[in-house]
Amino acid sequence: MVRIRNLHFGYSRRVPLFENLSLTLERGHIYGLLGKNGAGKSTLLKNIVGLAFPQAGTCEVNGHPAAARLPVVLEDLFFLPEELHAPALTADQFVAHTAGFYPKFSEVQFHRYLAELEVPRQTKLPKLSFGQQKKFMIAFALAANTGLLVLDEPTNGLDIPSKVQFRKTLAGALSEDRCMIISTHQVRDLDSLIDTVLVVHNREIVLNADLDQLAERLTFGTAGPADTAGALYAEPSVRGRQVVRPNLGGSYGKVDLELLFNAVAGDNPAVVNYLNATPARHEPAV
Amino acid sequence: MEFKDNEAIYLQIAGYVSEQILRQPWGPDEKIPSVRDLASELQVNPNTVMRTYEFLQNQGVVYNKRGIGFFVSPDAEARVKQFRRERFLQQELPGFFNTISLLGVGFDELQQRYQQFQAGQAALIPATTDEKQ
Repeated sequence: MVRIRNLHFGYSRRVPLFENLSLTLERGHIYGLLGKNGAGKSTLLKNIVGLAFPQAGTCEVNGHPAAARLPVVLEDLFFLPEELHAPALTADQFVAHTAGFYPKFSEVQFHRYLAELEVPRQTKLPKLSFGQQKKFMIAFALAANTGLLVLDEPTNGLDIPSKVQFRKTLAGALSEDRCMIISTHQVRDLDSLIDTVLVVHNREIVLNADLDQLAERLTFGTAGPADTAGALYAEPSVRGRQVVRPNLGGSYGKVDLELLFNAVAGDNPAVVNYLNATPARHEPAV
Repeated sequence: MEFKDNEAIYLQIAGYVSEQILRQPWGPDEKIPSVRDLASELQVNPNTVMRTYEFLQNQGVVYNKRGIGFFVSPDAEARVKQFRRERFLQQELPGFFNTISLLGVGFDELQQRYQQFQAGQAALIPATTDEKQ
């Protein structure tokens, strides 16, 4: 679906943001894109949707360069930026203006998503709160039924019930022929919704891993002060030291995304090196 | 659904589905929710639910009718009990042994309390059936 090879990009020539970045995204998955502030999450998404152009290397969507912005690519791609443009239109007027660009758009679904997210249909967009506008666009983005859906910080501005409903709606909208990529720094908002985690750090993708496979290869837990031998990463917490260890016992827990992110996006390369050095096993012993 | 940290999510969902089968909202040969519906209800990735259903299918708890969905096996209850028994013996019992040996709780005391527990259960069962009538 998305194929990036040796991407070089920077807003200025002297300060590169990406160097030799490669990434492949497939249909049927929900990817979570994590990175520190300024690491380039949004910029990477903009390269994928054709709003920023590679300085070197390639970024292709369905075999076409994203930067060419071909109609055949754009009609099957929806990008929800972090900051929205809210024209003075109601839901029905917005559909009349915009839905024509998306051949698979479903008005029935759009109305259902609006109802699920509790967004009024009769109010013009600028009269809605920021969170309501965001939910409006999420409903439209999902109803466009594009093969590629790119959401930049979609949960920003949503209240707690809306975040729950967002996860429900998104989980119900994934199909085998859709690829969703969601950037966030609210890792907990996406916990158990994403199946693959991507971490952008130091101008490249340092982690691109299936959560199931990560659970086979790493364990996450607390350890006493004397008990950090063999740990790839440790950080202090109220419950004791939180550690990441190689999974040698064949146990199979839940990946702690926050701890994983801290372990990967810090200066300590131990976790990344470990994952790169050992081949993935297949099914765990259940 | 709140997930625990020490067990894979797909297995926790398998536990949830098994619970529904044992408590009988989902009876033998009944269709269980589609992957998409359960994923949406539990706010989890559909691929995780798919993995749960494949796991339960391998355990013989559910079966798949191509293009229609997953159904509860006729002997699902026995199968669920069997795999939960395995899980209890392998995962929960060692922790229990650890605690009783640490605290010095002897088997005599356990046996006595277990008998009390069973007597309590036996007293409860006729009472609840009376209530239904």
